[in-house]
Amino acid sequence: MLTFNDKGIYCSQASVYIDPWMPVEKAIVTHAHADHARPGSKHYLCHRDSANLLKLRLGSQTSIQSLEYGEEINLNGVKVSLHPAGHIIGSAQIRLSYKGQIWVVSGDYKLKADGISIPFEPIKCHHFITESTFGLPIYRFPELDEFNKDILHWIDENRHNNINSILVGYTLGKAQRIIETVGISGLPIYAHGAIANVQQLLIDDGHPLRSVERASLDMKKLAAPYIVIMPPSALHSPWMKKFAPYEVAYCSGWMQLRGARRRRNVNRGFILSDHADWSELNLAVTATEAENIYVTHGYKSIYAKWLREHYHLNAIEVDTLYEDDLLLQEDSDNAIQ
Amino acid sequence: MQFNELFEAIDRTTSTKAKVEALVRYFRSAQDEDLLWSIYLLMGKSSGRFIKTAVLRQAAISLSRLPSWLFEECYHVVGDLAETLSLCLPPPLHTSSFTLTETMAFLNHLKTLSADESEIAISAKWMETPTDQRFLFNKLITGNFRMGVSKQLVIKALAAAHKKSENEIAHRLMGNWHPSDIGLQQLLLAEIPREERSFEPYPFYLAYQLDKEPEALGEVNEWFIERKYDGIRGQIIVRNKRLYIWSRGEDLLTDKFPEFHLLADLLPNGTVIDGEILPYSEGRVLPFAIMQTRIGRKQLSKKILSEAPLVMICYDLLEYNGEDIRDFPMKQRRRLLEELLQALPANVPLLISKTLVCETWTDVAKAREEARQYQCEGVMLKRKQSTYGTGRRKGSWWKWKIDPYTIDGVLIYGQRGHGRRANLYTDYTFAVWDGDELVPFAKAYSGLSDKEILEVDTWIKRHTVDKFGPVRSVTPTLVFELAFEGISASPRHKSGIALRFPRIARWRRDKAAKEANTKADLLDLLNTR
Repeated sequence: MLTFNDKGIYCSQASVYIDPWMPVEKAIVTHAHADHARPGSKHYLCHRDSANLLKLRLGSQTSIQSLEYGEEINLNGVKVSLHPAGHIIGSAQIRLSYKGQIWVVSGDYKLKADGISIPFEPIKCHHFITESTFGLPIYRFPELDEFNKDILHWIDENRHNNINSILVGYTLGKAQRIIETVGISGLPIYAHGAIANVQQLLIDDGHPLRSVERASLDMKKLAAPYIVIMPPSALHSPWMKKFAPYEVAYCSGWMQLRGARRRRNVNRGFILSDHADWSELNLAVTATEAENIYVTHGYKSIYAKWLREHYHLNAIEVDTLYEDDLLLQEDSDNAIQ
Repeated sequence: MQFNELFEAIDRTTSTKAKVEALVRYFRSAQDEDLLWSIYLLMGKSSGRFIKTAVLRQAAISLSRLPSWLFEECYHVVGDLAETLSLCLPPPLHTSSFTLTETMAFLNHLKTLSADESEIAISAKWMETPTDQRFLFNKLITGNFRMGVSKQLVIKALAAAHKKSENEIAHRLMGNWHPSDIGLQQLLLAEIPREERSFEPYPFYLAYQLDKEPEALGEVNEWFIERKYDGIRGQIIVRNKRLYIWSRGEDLLTDKFPEFHLLADLLPNGTVIDGEILPYSEGRVLPFAIMQTRIGRKQLSKKILSEAPLVMICYDLLEYNGEDIRDFPMKQRRRLLEELLQALPANVPLLISKTLVCETWTDVAKAREEARQYQCEGVMLKRKQSTYGTGRRKGSWWKWKIDPYTIDGVLIYGQRGHGRRANLYTDYTFAVWDGDELVPFAKAYSGLSDKEILEVDTWIKRHTVDKFGPVRSVTPTLVFELAFEGISASPRHKSGIALRFPRIARWRRDKAAKEANTKADLLDLLNTR
């Protein structure tokens, strides 16, 4: 029912693409990150919570239809519904069913609760398309409690030394999680403009999130210690200077590896991911009971081989445009600016 | 403070000041035995191999229940065996804490076990080591222990912690000592009579690459200009009628150089000479490669000795008649050195490093340009009034190396890197044209900025033609200028040449693949060398 072509994942029966990377007539978008929600298509279909984020990214005139989780529509005989993926607010797995065959496109997902997005819901299907961003056994992410404890301890140390704490994380997804956690410290929180915009949009959409101050005021007048949240693109920029004295920590799943942290030239890294780690991937894939697994962006050939050998599944790797440039995306943070 | 806490403190900062403070805190609070071991490790003294890596891998694979191919893939992505092991192991069953001394005793005990026994022992140890301490533990086992602090910093912190001079600490920590044979008193604290430590070399004084116009150094006649030789930096020591030869890496290499053994009887007691050991025959310096053939050997046959005869080109005198003269001005040390060498018989393999006559800095520049004719890398500039320092210090000694050779090559293969570069395609193979064919001629790993590395990485991933394990071949498009220090014929390489120290000088975005250099250009360099 689904095929992979040079524009994206295509369903010819429904004449619709999922997360296309080229402009098309009709696009279903799993979530509002830049590598999945590309501009130029005529009509977009997404979850209700993604609609305004998409408009912020793609322009307010964009034609967007939105659905609730579980709500079903019929596209030329193909029943299409969206289900929670637990990746970020509004992220959805796309379920397509036609003549008794069920396909699920997971987009990006994670199983661990993040306290913000609706948790991942396993969907039984015949064909499952999974990401493999962290599809190696070396990736084993800590639970939210552990992350909270470590980061608050670090902020406490900085506070004790009268030093500001700068936390670096993706604008949409990580930033909201970081803000919820560091808010516990009681220190004032200032956010980079891109993050402040998204935060306000989500609050206006009715999400119960902490509000933050925009970091554009004259920071030098402020007395340390306070907290600054900024996207990776602002790291090592002159903009950071006005927050001195500070310590910087980077929040990402890549922080599991020392090399990744050293490459970003930051002292501290906290492991925080909106993607599934190794055991979550395995749990998710087996929970679908699907026989056919298509592995996209990440360690796809390795992970597909593992699924074939260990679970005896019919798993193959599939090329997508967003393959392999994960590190770059992470660094340039073209999510929402 | 425990050693793992020191490790963590250093790992979490890039500030040199914070690192030294952490070291001082540790040196003041650690138990004597732990302190000795930590100094031993931090000074980069090898403890040898405790366990075969094959056994380590096997133990980790069994414990983690991963197929071995998957473990190897993980290793390739992580780029560091100790880290891969830590990330793949299941969580510990119960945790205990061990002092550094206990850990080192365990590791030394491992050496005495059979492969099967050591696999059991290491598995048990892992399963009681806390997750956050496994990486350090694995680093100690795998033997390539580094902590992000230079020897110089360790010396500085020890000097501060024990109120000694840095020179004295550096001096005391050189040479062969082992934590199990020496106490802290003897190693660091007690006053030691000089004659009991007659084998001790002095810390080497190292020069920086000249980073400004030579005119900025002032009057040319205040400087000694010498050739910069490409050999093994060493110290020849004769004390109590005994000869010691140390390399800059602090290896005692006396046995490797039988041609110097006669010096024990010829040099006066209490002599320490600093110079460059290199192959030399009939008045000419020979290529470095000739010496390399004999350095690794245990047995030195007559044939090898005659094919690669060695001398020392001497350029400094650190001890004279048993007196440490490093505080004398260079001019005076050099005069004493010349007198000393002149008094020796003619067959002695010690030559003076000639000072070049240069009236102006332009003359110096000319001498630098001519360096390759003499198998040299450039010139050395040493202030005539300078004392002999410790370590790498700016100011009185400069090396002014000749510009490297350069050639434009086409990127044809990329391979994933290690450590800081794990997960990125950063190890490149370059080719030159031979007619319509591209012939690989060099591999290079360094020279690009972090930003360029990311860009090239993405490009490689998007333009992959074929994959062979960790290597990808790419469409020949990108051109890079490679710099290298030397070129020699090599039948082992497809291109017929081998380069010394190749690295990327810059990305030639302005050039198309067709405009890269050819094999004929390389052979020209080889022939006009």
